[in-house]
Amino acid sequence: MDKINIERREFLEKLIFSLLSLSCPGLLISKEKNKEKTLVYEGGYVPKAHSWGMGIKINRCIGCGRCASACKKENNVPQLPFFFRTWVERYIVFEGGEVIVDSPNGGVDGFNRNIHEKKMLRSFFVPKLCNQCANPPCVQVCPTGATFKTDDGVILVDSKYCIGCEYCIQACPYGARFLHPKTRTAEKCNFCYHRLVKGMIPACVEVCPTQTRVFGDRKGRASPLVRFMRMHKIRVLKPYLNTEPTVFYAGLDMEVK
Amino acid sequence: MEKLAEHLWPILKQITGYIYPNEIELYWGMLIVIYPYITGLVAGAFILASLVKVFNVKELQPTYRLSLLTSLAFLIVAPLPLLAHLGHPERSLEIFLTPNKSSAMAMFGFVYAWYLMAVLLLEIWFDYRKDLIMWADKEKGLRRLIKRIITLFSTDTSERAVKFDKKAVKIITIIGIPSAFLLHGYVGFIFGSIKANPWWSSVLMPIVFLFSAIVSGIALVLLIYMVVTLVRRQELVMASLDKLANYLFFTMIVAFSLEALDFIHRLYESEESITILSQLISGKLFVSLVVIQFLLGMILPLGALAAVKLFRVPAELRRHVYFVSALLVQVGIFTTRWNVVIGGQLFSKSFRGLTAYKMTLGGMEGLLASLAFLILPFVILYILVKILPPWEKNRTP
Amino acid sequence: MNRIKGIREKIPDQVKRLLIPVVLVIAAFVVMRHFLVPSDFGKYGHYRASAIDDVISLEIKYSGHMVCDDCHDDIVEVKKMSYHRDVACEACHGPAAAHTEDPDGNKLQAPRERGYCPLCHEYLPSRPTGFPQIVSESHNPRKACISCHDAHDPKTPEAPKECKACHAEIARTKALSHHIYVSCIRCHETPEEHKVRPRDYRPEKPIRRELCGECHAKNAPAAKAIPRVDMATHGERYVCWQCHYPHLPEVD
Repeated sequence: MDKINIERREFLEKLIFSLLSLSCPGLLISKEKNKEKTLVYEGGYVPKAHSWGMGIKINRCIGCGRCASACKKENNVPQLPFFFRTWVERYIVFEGGEVIVDSPNGGVDGFNRNIHEKKMLRSFFVPKLCNQCANPPCVQVCPTGATFKTDDGVILVDSKYCIGCEYCIQACPYGARFLHPKTRTAEKCNFCYHRLVKGMIPACVEVCPTQTRVFGDRKGRASPLVRFMRMHKIRVLKPYLNTEPTVFYAGLDMEVK
Repeated sequence: MEKLAEHLWPILKQITGYIYPNEIELYWGMLIVIYPYITGLVAGAFILASLVKVFNVKELQPTYRLSLLTSLAFLIVAPLPLLAHLGHPERSLEIFLTPNKSSAMAMFGFVYAWYLMAVLLLEIWFDYRKDLIMWADKEKGLRRLIKRIITLFSTDTSERAVKFDKKAVKIITIIGIPSAFLLHGYVGFIFGSIKANPWWSSVLMPIVFLFSAIVSGIALVLLIYMVVTLVRRQELVMASLDKLANYLFFTMIVAFSLEALDFIHRLYESEESITILSQLISGKLFVSLVVIQFLLGMILPLGALAAVKLFRVPAELRRHVYFVSALLVQVGIFTTRWNVVIGGQLFSKSFRGLTAYKMTLGGMEGLLASLAFLILPFVILYILVKILPPWEKNRTP
Repeated sequence: MNRIKGIREKIPDQVKRLLIPVVLVIAAFVVMRHFLVPSDFGKYGHYRASAIDDVISLEIKYSGHMVCDDCHDDIVEVKKMSYHRDVACEACHGPAAAHTEDPDGNKLQAPRERGYCPLCHEYLPSRPTGFPQIVSESHNPRKACISCHDAHDPKTPEAPKECKACHAEIARTKALSHHIYVSCIRCHETPEEHKVRPRDYRPEKPIRRELCGECHAKNAPAAKAIPRVDMATHGERYVCWQCHYPHLPEVD
């Protein structure tokens, strides 16, 4: 009788101990128990069914800056030359290899004709934006889960949860993030997510007069993006960092970083 | 927003080459420089203290408790500059509530909490428990109550209990050393793991941080010990001082070798970023990196300490050399942090240009606030010393 | 029972006392987590589920290229066939969502000043060649663009006489070169329709070496100063422009 009791007690003690040791790391692990399978947004949009991407044809860009200007209006980006969700860079390569890059006010007011002494070899414009990486360093470093990747591949920022530590800004290799001076939270391009879910395209693509920017669903059978990826040799920015961007460039020059 | 714009417009004119437009605002300022500097002092002071317990370095006994209290004082202040820097300090608890497992910064919260509660406070508590009980008996009123509360009203001073205290201190110290390594190595990891930034991204970063931390911690305890002994009009224990200087010298050699290795490795690999980093070092960082960090903060004190070791120098002069060297080391390590944090943001991730950092006088990121954060640990240390006198003569036999 | 009691007695008194704050801290942490973590956190991933709702409920300002047709079908019809067919209405008229909500209350502006069109059409060396560009200082400086051009159906009032209207960068380069007096059509045979439908009728590039030889061959009847080559031995595999850039020949 006594022996059985001792055994039972030992068993119970061990059980409680092992349960405790199991649940202690549980304190650190988030409460992701009620993860639902397929997410449907209000309005019937199913993010899992999409995989958004943008194509940019360098040879078409005329540097008018309408994209950067429309983006600021659509997304309430401060009208100061220090904050951009998207911007346009101008590259001028001279004979002998010297390169000059500029982006006055992100290209919002267009570009001036700069007079240079040296002979120009080639020149072109490059629109830049958040690359919506499949392997995003910003999401990796966010301490709280205030920035995250949705099922359709777009990286969002939760401005009500962001603590403003600016670690994501440091981690972005593309300079795509900034701290919004009013909300004091991180900000960046999200492909105009509020438009996407309603079947519209991003504002920058909407106003691009030369179809430099094409947008579409990589999961769709036919979209401007799918055709873009079929017809061009494409490259992404800083591929060696393994961020796997979903913004693709056709005709990207070696000088673009 | 107007104030920020006013601050940023002139910087626009100081840019050389091309930087991404979002890089004009330099996001991590003075507060983030102070933060790794202070955590470094915490880890360094603790590791010095643990030399006494684990490796039985008898000469350092007079500085043991002082090191522990110094470590605690700085640890209490360590998260404050971080907190002050946040865009939303009121949301800071989220780091503990919903930590992102892949984020070095989120995990740092737990490392910090572990170090504060499981290591430092515990070790101090066990080390002081018996003394506190004895001191409380001799005092009255509020002072007595405070001491009783700190001991959690324990009164057991039996030989068995005291023996247990000693054992506990030893075990905690043994756990504490890797914890201190973790604490400051982690700060290095926060920078070293940013692959987007070639100035930070390096496997050596955590270990470079760690050794410079130990250097700064030893130098700090040396300074505090000298100043405090002077203020209390006591005799300096020269053996302790020599030992401290000895440890300072050897850790400095390790720290210097690591930094040199990191530097040579970068130069030799000569990756894409080398052009802009060379521009940075020979331009905007020349004074703070080459002159202050390298020459004044490393070579000069290293040479002085070596000279004192080599030649028979009278104690009086030795003291002076130690004091000045430790002071230079502090300045050097602080600029080390500056060169990492600020230096890493002065060049564009497009590798095509440099920007400028302009410090303000007032405001949270300003010079005055920064000085306050650097003075605050000493105020806390003063209070701690008043409550928990670390002097050997106060130790109850 | 004795066993547990035995263990309890073995634990020193100070450790038991320490357990109290330890338990308190852990309890406080658990309670805080319970009350302060947003209830929808982690529902779909490591984030606040309602963060998505916050983002997608943001106001749309650019209403898109489809809606204009509802009221302005006449203009849309014209624009559809013009060079500006790919230029969205909102690219010039600005965000139109407010206007579609309340057409009379929120009138859109049309950029009538001279500064707007040059955003796209001012000559910049960085612009792709073939894109129509002007130099506004010399291009009818006092007139508004719309006094000659209809923005919805932009045609040049008359077919451009000179190539540099669209190929300004090449024209500029050529103007600085030894080929300044060689006209474009001397080398590029160009169908007349190219001026009206540039992408459908393209100019040609020389396919014969002899074209350059007309001036540069040893025995060519041309000015003495012109550099000469032996057409038989000089880079015989290639057409000249495969190595040289005739718009800016690489000679000093």
